[in-house]
Amino acid sequence: MAELNISERQAGDVTILDLDGKITIGEGSVALRNAIRRLLGEGKNKILLNLGSVGYIDSSGIGELVSSFTAVNKESGQLKLLNLTQKIQDLLAITKLLTVFDTFDDEGDALGSFN
Amino acid sequence: MLTEKKLNLPSVIESVEKAASEAEKFARASGLGEAELFAIDMAVRESVANAVKHGNKFAADKKVDITFFSTDGVFEITVRDYGEGFLVEDVPDPTDPENLLKASGRGILFMNNFMDEVAWENPAGGGMIVKMVKKL
Repeated sequence: MAELNISERQAGDVTILDLDGKITIGEGSVALRNAIRRLLGEGKNKILLNLGSVGYIDSSGIGELVSSFTAVNKESGQLKLLNLTQKIQDLLAITKLLTVFDTFDDEGDALGSFN
Repeated sequence: MLTEKKLNLPSVIESVEKAASEAEKFARASGLGEAELFAIDMAVRESVANAVKHGNKFAADKKVDITFFSTDGVFEITVRDYGEGFLVEDVPDPTDPENLLKASGRGILFMNNFMDEVAWENPAGGGMIVKMVKKL
């Protein structure tokens, strides 16, 4: 069973990735990296990561979120986060990354925030 | 009650999950609660990942030695690698604004955050030993 399952849907020009599982060193982090790179290769640079079903993330997973953010910004795009669990919120607070990412609890609000 | 469990794992990514799984079993048997289990899980995963990736650099001939120790009021984790060693004070602060967007470097921050004591040693035989304590 894959550590991280990623399903994709489109809402206008925003791609929503629904993540389910763990984003950790190894398979999970690589899966996220590959998905982001593929989207950017397809010209899709408005990306919303739905983390509501991510049960676990380690420092490598946090690093992958940061790498994804940087890669999307480099392509003049936007990457935002949706449905952070309390644990993920706490980890982003510890790492001072809550000030870096735009985060949302409501998908409609998240989609409306994309330029 | 004094109990101890030792592991000797290969320097592969899969050892992180193995160590975390064994830590959970040992911690549950020691009567730890969910909040403590989460903290120990994070600390074990980060320290073993560091030992595998940065310490032993995935070398097939180098193992990671892990010890879990539980006694009244204290849960200790010791992780040893056989790499080149490093000075922990040389590790950049990942929360410094100039490091915020770096892809790596947050493992030690998590270890310090989730455990009550974290101590580093450069042993005579080389490599690094990190000892982490959770007060129960």
